[in-house]
Amino acid sequence: MLTNQEVAEGLLEKFGDQVFDFEEPYGLLTLSTTREEIIPLMEFLRDHKNYQVIFLTDITGVQYPDNTGKEFVVVYHMHSFVHNFRIRIKVAISEADIHIPTATGLFASANWMERETYDFFGILFDGHPNLRRILNIEEMDYFPMRKEYPMEDATREDKIDALFGR
Amino acid sequence: MADIELLPHNVPSQNELPELVEELTTLNLGPTHPATHGIFQNILKMDGEKIVSGEQTIGYIHRAFEKIAERRPFYQITTLTDRMNYCSSPINNLGWHMTMEKFLGVEVPKRAQYIRVLMMELARITDHIICNSILGVDTGAFTGFLYVMQKREEVYEIYEEVCGARLTTNMGRLGGMERDLSSTAIRKIKEFIKSFPPVLRELEKLLNRNRIFMDRTINVGPISAERALSYGFTGPNLRAAGVDYDVRVMNPYSSYEDFEFDVPIGQNGDTYDRYMVRNEEMWQSLRIVEQAINNLPEGPYYADAPEYYLPPKNEVYHNMEALIYHFKIVMGEIDAPAGEVYHAVEGGNGELGFYLISDGGRAPYRLHFRRPSFIYYQAYPEMCKGSSLSDAILTMSSLNVIAGELDA
Repeated sequence: MLTNQEVAEGLLEKFGDQVFDFEEPYGLLTLSTTREEIIPLMEFLRDHKNYQVIFLTDITGVQYPDNTGKEFVVVYHMHSFVHNFRIRIKVAISEADIHIPTATGLFASANWMERETYDFFGILFDGHPNLRRILNIEEMDYFPMRKEYPMEDATREDKIDALFGR
Repeated sequence: MADIELLPHNVPSQNELPELVEELTTLNLGPTHPATHGIFQNILKMDGEKIVSGEQTIGYIHRAFEKIAERRPFYQITTLTDRMNYCSSPINNLGWHMTMEKFLGVEVPKRAQYIRVLMMELARITDHIICNSILGVDTGAFTGFLYVMQKREEVYEIYEEVCGARLTTNMGRLGGMERDLSSTAIRKIKEFIKSFPPVLRELEKLLNRNRIFMDRTINVGPISAERALSYGFTGPNLRAAGVDYDVRVMNPYSSYEDFEFDVPIGQNGDTYDRYMVRNEEMWQSLRIVEQAINNLPEGPYYADAPEYYLPPKNEVYHNMEALIYHFKIVMGEIDAPAGEVYHAVEGGNGELGFYLISDGGRAPYRLHFRRPSFIYYQAYPEMCKGSSLSDAILTMSSLNVIAGELDA
C-alpha cells in the first residue's frame, strides 16, 4: 500500500518541476503536468514496478473560459489495482493551441474517451487514429459542452434563474 | 429442342481463369435490430460468414446529461442518472447520492447504508437476470427468459414499496433514504430471498451444462485479461477475463465491508465465462441481501443534515424550520462548496464513476459520468473479429451494453 506522499515524492524525483500543483481532495492524489510530459508520465506510472497504474479509469475535459491561456483542462483518472491508489492528472492547454498528445498508444480505452472529449470540447488529440465525433452528429459545427453555449435560450423571460432556481 | 445448337463447352485452363476478386459484404447491424437490445449501429464488413472488421456508430439516444446537469440543482440530477443504466437504476441513483454525500461530508446512518446495499444488490440481480436470460434467448432458449422475468417483476414491486417507482426509480435522497423500509417491503424481500433460488437454479439447469448453449458460447468473443484492462473493462466482463477487480471490495462504500461475499472470476473472458460470472454474482448478491435484511440496524434512515436532506412531508406541513429547508432545497437555494470529487460504485456493468467539479454554485460546474458500457463497448470489433455473425450477436449480448448508459 503506497501513500499519496510516497507517490508524489517519486514523481517529483523523476519529473522535477514538470509536475506541480499537488493536491489531495477527498484523498485522491491530484497533480498537474504539462502537455509535453503527460504521455511520459502516464507511461512511467504504468510501467514502473513500484506503481503499476495499469488502469486508465477516465479521460474528460473541463473548460474555464476566464482562465486566459489555460482555457481547457484535460483530466485523466488512473487507478493502480496492485497498490489500490487512484491518481488524477490535469493538463491545462490554451484555446489558441488546443492540442494534446493522444494516450491511445498506452491504453486502448483512451480511444473513445478522447473522441468524446473532442466531441464535447473540441480538444484535438494529436496522433489519435480516428478523431471523429462520437455521440453528436458529424455535421455539428460547434462543441456543445463549452460554456459559451448556454443550456436555455438567454432571451427567454419566463424562466428567471432568481425565481425558479434552475 | 432439336433446334437448339449447343455451343462448344469450353473449359478455361487454370492459368486462363480471371483473378479472384475478394469481395466483402457490408452489413448494417442496427440501429434498430432486435439483436442489439438497444439503439446503436454496427457496420460489419463480412467475408462470407466471417466478420473482417466492424465499426460502431453510437449516440442515437444521446441526451446531453452532462450539459443538462450543469443547469440543475444537485438533487435534480438524480433523475438523470436513472436513465443511464435503466436495468439497474437504483445503483446509479444511490451512487450519485453517495458522490454528493462524500462531497458535502454528510455521514449517512448505518440503517440507510444497509437499505441502500439491499436495493443495490437487488438491482444487480435484476441487471444480471436480464443479461443472462437474454443471452439464452439469443441462443434460442426463450423459456428461461420468461421464467425469470417474473422474479424481476417481484424486485420491481420491492422498488415500488421503497421509492414508489419501478423503472426510473429516483431512489433515495441526498443524506439517506426517502422513507424507511415498510413492513410490506421487508415481507416482500424475505419472500424474494425464499422464492428466487429455485428459479435461478432452474435457469442454471436450463443453460449452464446445456450442450447447445455451451457449444454456442465457449470460446466465443474471448478477450485476454491484458486486453480487457487496456480497454478499460470493469465489472463482470473484466472479472470473466480473470481480474478480480470489484469496487465493492477494493474501495468499499456504503458499509460493503460489513458483508461477506465472494467475487467470482472467470478464466478465458469468453461469453460463457461472462455468463457464469454473472450467474454466480446473483448468488453472491442474494447472500448480501440476506445478510443486510437479517442484520438491518435500528436507527434513523436519514442523516442529520437538514440543509441537504429533503424534510419529511408531515414535518413540512407542521414545522416552520422544515418548511424553510424544504423551500430552499426545492428552489435550489442551497449552494455546495467549491471543490472536486470522484466517486465510483460497482454498477451492473462495472465501475460507474461520477466526477464532479463544483465552483460553489447550486449546480455542478462540470459533471462527468464514467459509464462502463461506453468504455468497454469499443473493444467489440476486436472481440468479434473472425467470428461468425451469430457469434458476434452473442458476444454483444453477453457484454450487456445498455444503450442509455452508452450514450448518456
